[in-house]
Amino acid sequence: MSADWRPAASLERLRLRAGLLAAVRAFFAARGVLEVETPVLAAATIPEVHLASLATRWRGPGAPEQGAVLYLQTSPEVHMKRLLAAGSGPIFQLARAFRDGESGRRHNPEFTLLEWYRPGFDHHALMDEVEALLAATLGAGILRAPAERLTYAELFSRHAGLDPHRAAAAELDAALAAAGVAAPALDPEDRDGRLELLLTHLIEPRLPAGRITFVYDFPASQAALARLRPGAGGEPPVAERFEVYVGPVELANGFHELADAAEQRRRFEADLAARRRLGLPTPPLDERFLAALAAGLPPCAGVALGFDRLVMLAAGAGALAEVIAFPIDRA
Amino acid sequence: MASYHMNELRTGTKILIDGDPCTIVDIDFVKPGKGQAFTRVKYRSLLTGRVNEITYKQSDAVEAADVTETEMQYLYNDGTSWHFMVPGSYEQHEAREAVVGDAADWIKEQDLCTVTLFNGIPISVTPPNFVVLEIAETDPGVRGDTSSGGTKPAKMETGAVVKVPLFIQSGEQIKIDTRTGEYVSRAKE
Repeated sequence: MSADWRPAASLERLRLRAGLLAAVRAFFAARGVLEVETPVLAAATIPEVHLASLATRWRGPGAPEQGAVLYLQTSPEVHMKRLLAAGSGPIFQLARAFRDGESGRRHNPEFTLLEWYRPGFDHHALMDEVEALLAATLGAGILRAPAERLTYAELFSRHAGLDPHRAAAAELDAALAAAGVAAPALDPEDRDGRLELLLTHLIEPRLPAGRITFVYDFPASQAALARLRPGAGGEPPVAERFEVYVGPVELANGFHELADAAEQRRRFEADLAARRRLGLPTPPLDERFLAALAAGLPPCAGVALGFDRLVMLAAGAGALAEVIAFPIDRA
Repeated sequence: MASYHMNELRTGTKILIDGDPCTIVDIDFVKPGKGQAFTRVKYRSLLTGRVNEITYKQSDAVEAADVTETEMQYLYNDGTSWHFMVPGSYEQHEAREAVVGDAADWIKEQDLCTVTLFNGIPISVTPPNFVVLEIAETDPGVRGDTSSGGTKPAKMETGAVVKVPLFIQSGEQIKIDTRTGEYVSRAKE
């Protein structure tokens, strides 16, 4: 038997994909957002605990004898922020990103991210633009109802009947059990793990088909690179972060970007400490990125959208393999 | 005990869940937003046939079930147990009626079946996809009616009842698809 050399996606789907790439570029050209390209290989990588980087070695002029470790970027975020700090103004990129360990119906370890940054926008203004981009690319045939915006707290209150900022781990366990979720044993203190299971197993399947759901103001413990906003009147602080769903499919993650270099360094160091505790690799701190923040990142909001998932939604497909020419198992 | 890491699991992998042997029917990797990754596994119990779902962390391991499928010849039924033999080795296995299940409708002595063993003990028996059986009893057909679409019930030598065309008579050999329980054709001698 000969090896299976054919693409996983049909040629019709690849033409749809090319059409969407063109539509995205036209959308940003009309809005005066500059297309940029940044490195896939870099000496540092984001140390987020739940992101695993692939790495390779560079052996060439200037490298030590055993080679210098270079990381395949999990997103173009740090380099795009360096451009913003250098005064680029609004920018977008269709970037190849790489994440170790991620493969499944909606994951391929090598994938295309549409990432863009808007100086002067907060996360609400950027949600407006995400909505416009989805209207321009998916259209009314797929988006059949108006978009809805919910806070993380409203989402959990509506679909799980609990307060995600205050519910104790035991209450979250009870909600998982009531939903019939056979959950793995989690650390007793791991509230976020339980909230994430409720989100993927209980809430996502309930998000209405044919409509965009924006979820914003996340728990401070899930801030990643978002700004924190203190709660008013006894409310807990929230991260100015949003997620975008189309039907039950998670499509994009955005931030009102953290611009404080000292706070960014603290978060990276906390991530690295957590990595050491878990026995995970500890990449070097990205001093160039931290220096760019110290020099001054303009106030801005940014979002990363899974372009392969966008094509999947436009095609009415159920898996990324249907819209990627050569997914990992036949690359 | 052998075990699998999440990345080793595939559709069809046999695993132990609460001590029961199960086969994986669907598997997916989920990772919410900036959160940790999980593996969702849908599995069918090889004992009850029921399908359930369980979620693991990526760092979890799951025990492998010692399940094998072996081609065996059905020898005889002694009234309480069904006896099978592995052709090359003459190794014999006994299976209770509950384990043989619906396969009892289709198999005759000497037939080759697929017997699933868990820790060396039969837990299910799958008959061949096609078997030839003799009709023990059926109403006489209408004379001269050789092709019209009607069917009638026929009792086979094993006791199973199969719908057959009207022209088929008692004592004839017919070919049956055991997956659907349907008549295929007259058996050619």
